[in-house]
Amino acid sequence: MTAAPLATDGAPALSVQAVTKRFPGVLANDHVDFEAAAGEVHALLGENGAGKTTLSHIVTGLYQADEGRILLYGEPVAFSSPREAIDAGVCMVHQHFRLVDRFTVAENLVLGDRRGAGRKFRIDPDAVDDQVRELGERYRLPVDPHAHVWQLSVGEKQRVEILNTLYQDARVLILDEPTAVLTPNEADTLFVTLRQIAAEGRTVVFISHKLHEVKAVSDRVTVLRAGHTVATVETAAATPQSLAALMVGREIEVVRRPKHVVEGKEGLLRVDDLWADSDRGTPAVKGVSLRIAAGEILAVAGVAGNGQRELAEAIAGLRPRSKGDVLVEGRPLRNGDARAAYEAGVGFVPEDRLGTGVSPTLSIAMNLELRSFRRTSLGPFLRLRRMHEQAEEAIRTYDIKAPNPEAAADSLSGGNLQKVVIAREFSGTLRVLVVASPTRGLDVGAVETVHAHLLEAADRGTAVLLISEDLDEILALNDRIMVMYEGALSEVPEGESIENIGLRMAGETPAAVASA
Amino acid sequence: MNNSLLVVLIASGVAYGTPLLYAALGELLAERSGVLNLGVEGMMLGGAVMGFWAVERVHAGTAITLAAALGIAALVGALLASIHAFLVITLRASQIVCGLTLTIFAGAVGLSSYLGNGLNLADIPARKTFNPVFPGGMQRLPVVGPIVFGQNILVYLSWLCVIAIWLYLSRTRPGLNVRAVGESPAAADTMGINVTAYRYAHTLAGGAFAGIAGATITLALTPQWVNGITGGAGWIAIALVIFSFWRPELCLVGAYFFGALQALAPQLQARNISLGPTVLWTNALPYVMTILVLVVVSSGTARRRLGAPAALGNPYVREEH
Repeated sequence: MTAAPLATDGAPALSVQAVTKRFPGVLANDHVDFEAAAGEVHALLGENGAGKTTLSHIVTGLYQADEGRILLYGEPVAFSSPREAIDAGVCMVHQHFRLVDRFTVAENLVLGDRRGAGRKFRIDPDAVDDQVRELGERYRLPVDPHAHVWQLSVGEKQRVEILNTLYQDARVLILDEPTAVLTPNEADTLFVTLRQIAAEGRTVVFISHKLHEVKAVSDRVTVLRAGHTVATVETAAATPQSLAALMVGREIEVVRRPKHVVEGKEGLLRVDDLWADSDRGTPAVKGVSLRIAAGEILAVAGVAGNGQRELAEAIAGLRPRSKGDVLVEGRPLRNGDARAAYEAGVGFVPEDRLGTGVSPTLSIAMNLELRSFRRTSLGPFLRLRRMHEQAEEAIRTYDIKAPNPEAAADSLSGGNLQKVVIAREFSGTLRVLVVASPTRGLDVGAVETVHAHLLEAADRGTAVLLISEDLDEILALNDRIMVMYEGALSEVPEGESIENIGLRMAGETPAAVASA
Repeated sequence: MNNSLLVVLIASGVAYGTPLLYAALGELLAERSGVLNLGVEGMMLGGAVMGFWAVERVHAGTAITLAAALGIAALVGALLASIHAFLVITLRASQIVCGLTLTIFAGAVGLSSYLGNGLNLADIPARKTFNPVFPGGMQRLPVVGPIVFGQNILVYLSWLCVIAIWLYLSRTRPGLNVRAVGESPAAADTMGINVTAYRYAHTLAGGAFAGIAGATITLALTPQWVNGITGGAGWIAIALVIFSFWRPELCLVGAYFFGALQALAPQLQARNISLGPTVLWTNALPYVMTILVLVVVSSGTARRRLGAPAALGNPYVREEH
C-alpha cells in the first residue's frame, strides 16, 4: 500500500456517476451524480429517505450499485466489501459505531489495521499508543489508547471512529449524520477537526439534513431529493432558505410558537423527586421534579443517554420508579402501572416507534386499538369490523399513507408510523402527553405534521412533556425549556441563547463561564 | 502422606477434571466466537464411543493406536459440531434449540448408544489405555508424585492446550479477530474479518475438543465404554465456561474443582467416612453446583457483567435494506 496521494492531480477525489440502486419496491438512488474534490468538505444534504445513506453505503462497499460507476482519483473502482473500500482509502463513520465495546481504543485500531502493527501474527496493542496520541493531538481528538470503549461517552466513541479512519490513512472520509449524538459545542469542535482533515488534502463527505451545520462546515453542498441529485452549490453562495427549498422542493417556513405563559399553581402533571433506574440497574433519573400546566409545552433538551428515556417511561408507567411520585390532576399514579397511567389520561409517544410504539407485525387497525380494546371489545371478542372502520377514519383524519387498515405496521414509513402512534394516543381522553424524540428520522413534511398535532394537543388543554435532542424542535415548540444532564433537570431561563443551552447540555453552567 | 484425603482428592480431581477441561476449552472457543453450543454432552458421547471403537479396531503400536483414537474422537466431535454450525451460522436457527437437539441426537438415547451397542463395545475393557507416563519412583514422591507425576499424557497435553489457547486469544491476530467476532460481528465484518469462517472454525474446534474429552473418559478415566458414560459432564463443562468468565486459565481451576467433587464420594466411601447420606449429596454436588451457576448467570444482565461475549447466541446478519 503506497502512501495516499494527497495532492489534487486534476481528477476529483471521488466521483459518482449515474449510480442507481433499487431495493424491492424502492428506487433509493436514481442516476445520482456527485463529485467531491480533494481538500474539500462536501456536504450531502437531503431529507430522510432522499438516498444519502444508500449512496454512502454504495461508495463504501456495503451495497453494490445496480447501475453507474464510481471513480476514485479518476480510476474506476468497484468495492464488494467495506474492507476493499478501506484498503483503497475510503472510510466511513457510521451513525451506529462499528467499535468493539469491550476492546480498548488501541485494540480497536489494531483490529482494522492491515498495514502496520496489526499485520503481524503476534499483536501488541501498546505498539500503537504513540500513534494514537500523536493523531489525537494533531486533530484535536484526544483519547486514552488504553481506555475501554464501553467506558467512553458517545462523543468520545465518535472520536475513536474518526481516529480509526485517520489511522487507516483514509483519503476519503464519509460521516453519516455525525452531529446527531453531539452537543452543539461538541459539534463545533468536530467541525474544526473536519476542516483540518480537509486542509491536508483529504476529502470529507459530510452527510446531514441540518442546514446550519451544512452552512457551518462545508465548502460545497450536493442536495439529494427522492433519490435524485437536485443541485451542487457553493456553500458560501447559499442561504439556509435556498438550501431548504432545494431539499424539500418548496419553501418552508420556520414555525415558532408564540409562547404561552400559563398560570397553574398545581400543574396538571406533577412529578415529585422522581428516581428511576436504567436497564443496567444504575440510577438514571436522579430526583426530577416538574410541573406542567394544562395547555403548556415543557420541552426537555439534552444529549441522548442522560436519563430522558427513563424519565419518560417512568411517567408513562412503563418503568418502575425507585422513588418519588407522579400525579395527574392531583391524583398519584400507581408505580410501574402503564394501564393506570393510560386510564388517568397519560398518552405516550416513545422514541423507539417500531419497537415500543407499535407492535410491528400487527395490522394498523390492531395497533390503533391496542390501548382501548378493553373498553370496546365484547367480552373476549374483538369487534373487528368496528376496528376496521375506525382505522379507516384515523387513516383519513391523520393522513396516514397506508394501503388499507389491515397492512402490517412495519410496512409503513417512519412518518406514517408516528402518525399511527399519535392517532392512537390521541384517541382516548388525553390529559398529559409525553413525547420522546417525536420527529427523529422523519422528513420535513412529516415533522410539520407531527408538530402541528403536538400544538393542537396543547391548544386542547393537554399538558405536554416534549423530550427531544433536536434543539430546533425544542426552540420551535416550547413554552418553557429544561435541560436534562446526568439524570437531573435544570431550568433554562427565558431567552437563553442556543450556545448557553448547549453548555447546559454538556453539564456546564453558563453563568460561571460568563463571569470567568 | 500420599494417601491423605487431600492429596488423593487433588490427584483424582486432576484426573476427573481433565475431560471437563477439554470440553470446557472447546466450548470456550465456540462461545468466544459468539456461538453457544449446548451439544457438548452429545459430542462428548460421540467422541467417547468412536475413540473407544478405534482402540479396538486399530492394530498398531500403543502410541499410534491411541493417537489415532484421539484423532477419530476429535473428528467425530467436529463432525457433530458441523451440524450445529450449519444450522445456527448458515441457517441462523436458534442456538439453544439446536444445541439441545444435538445432545439428544448424539446422546445416550441416540447415535452414541446405537453405535456403541451396534459395534459391541459394551462391557469390555479398553485394549489400550492412557497410563501414567513418569516412572514409578517419581510417582511415589511426596505430594507432587501423585498430583503432578502420576498423570497420563492427556493431562499434560491439556495444560499445553490451556497455555496455547490463552496465548492465542490474548496475543495473536486471529485471537483478536475471534474476540471481535464474538463481541461485535458488525464491527468485525466492517474491518474485513470473515465472521462466518471464524464462527465455523471455532465451533468445529470446540466439537473436536469435546470429542477428545469423551475419549479421555473411555480411554483413560474409566477405561471402558458404557452407554451414557459422560453422565452429564458436558453440562458441567458448559457451566464451567461461565464459571471461569470465559478465560482458559480459570477453566483449569474450575475443572479440577469439579473433578475433585466427583472424586469425593468414592473416596469418602473407601475411607468409611459417613456424613449422612454421603453418596446422595456428594454425587449430586457437581450437578447442584452446575444448576446454581446456570441459574445465577442465566439472566442477561448477570451474563454481561460476568463478561460473556456480547454477541453470544446471536446470529449475524449483515445490515441490508
